[in-house]
Amino acid sequence: MSKPVIATASLAGCFGCHMSILDIDERILDLIELVEFNKSPVDDIKSFHKICDIGIIEGGCCNSENIHVLKDFRKNCKLLVSLGECAIMGGLPALRNGIPIQECLNEAYLDGLTVEKGNKIIPNDNELPMILDKVYPCHEVVKIDYFLPGCPPNADLIWDALVSIIKGTPMKLAYETIKYD
Amino acid sequence: MSTKINFTIDGKNCSADKGMFVLGAAQKNGIYIPSLCNIEGLAPRGSCRVCTVKINGKLMVACSTPVAEGMKIENETEELHDLRKQIIELLFVEGNHLCPSCEKSGNCELQALAYRLKIMAPRYPYQFPVREIDASNPKLIKDHNRCILCKRCIRAIQTDDGKNLFAFKQRGCKLTINIEPSTSAAITDEIATKAAKICPVGALLKKEVGFVQPIGHRLYDHLPIGNTASLNIISSREKDTNT
Repeated sequence: MSKPVIATASLAGCFGCHMSILDIDERILDLIELVEFNKSPVDDIKSFHKICDIGIIEGGCCNSENIHVLKDFRKNCKLLVSLGECAIMGGLPALRNGIPIQECLNEAYLDGLTVEKGNKIIPNDNELPMILDKVYPCHEVVKIDYFLPGCPPNADLIWDALVSIIKGTPMKLAYETIKYD
Repeated sequence: MSTKINFTIDGKNCSADKGMFVLGAAQKNGIYIPSLCNIEGLAPRGSCRVCTVKINGKLMVACSTPVAEGMKIENETEELHDLRKQIIELLFVEGNHLCPSCEKSGNCELQALAYRLKIMAPRYPYQFPVREIDASNPKLIKDHNRCILCKRCIRAIQTDDGKNLFAFKQRGCKLTINIEPSTSAAITDEIATKAAKICPVGALLKKEVGFVQPIGHRLYDHLPIGNTASLNIISSREKDTNT
């Protein structure tokens, strides 16, 4: 039987959840035995080569590219896992949700203390993704099958969830591993 | 005539003094019913509905329902479990509870209940309301993003001469907690500490404290809310910090 295929991506996140995946320490050697990685920053594969079994998403959706990547994951992965607070509730990027978008852009590119004088421009190149009105949790954009909370999620929780999904056994969800911070 | 009332919780025979409320009576019999707005020593308010149980087949609130002879109370059932989960999830989505950046995280009762009920993500869409943060008081920060309107601060905190320091302002969905301007100068360090402690979430925070306890040493890091063992650990830790 071929190994289950995993894909991962970071949307509006800080890559802390990916760091937490690496935090499973020496079990990463077991993981390599258990699964094959496809599109992921772990192996730097940029696009899907095949249909994956598990897609792991870190970060919420703050721009049009995030939406595109997330929908692409839904299309190419049999199961989607929301990893971390940003994917589940927008996380710290969602702090901007109460601020009008124009104010955010003005502060970042025009009025901010660190903006260089005489170089004030709001980036508007066609190549740049459009910023969304709000930061959205992933499950409000596509269907998500599993949620692993935490900022970042505990490495033991990630390990337990991955092994359970791969082997089809129930997740243990130990109390100390489920945390929102 | 005996003043003891006999009743059952999930089939277990229990007894309590006449006049006790179901929540306290259950606690006396070693049974934990999750609650959020209730605090020991003050009249119950029944506002959060987290302590909803089934009494003789009807959904009722445990904190404000007195025990009666022969009551058949259901507590640990799938239905009630899900009902409580829904309430907690609603509280999470109707405010802005950003746990990773909250000083109360790890000591927050709302969060602890979510952990206990194993809520991985709320089933309802986030509202992301626009709410005010008021840091005008020299001792307290009032963050409406996290306020769940449990009224604990209003009920529990008064000045020595019996004046309320907190009050409700406006009505309906605009309802907020207000610090009475006429008495706000009376908020001492002691009252600010008490207010921050009485607030189940991080809506009232004492200034100049910050993230004082490291992760791993906080109230609900190792054992769930309602666990008597965790309460013993907490009291021993408090003793340590006092000495």
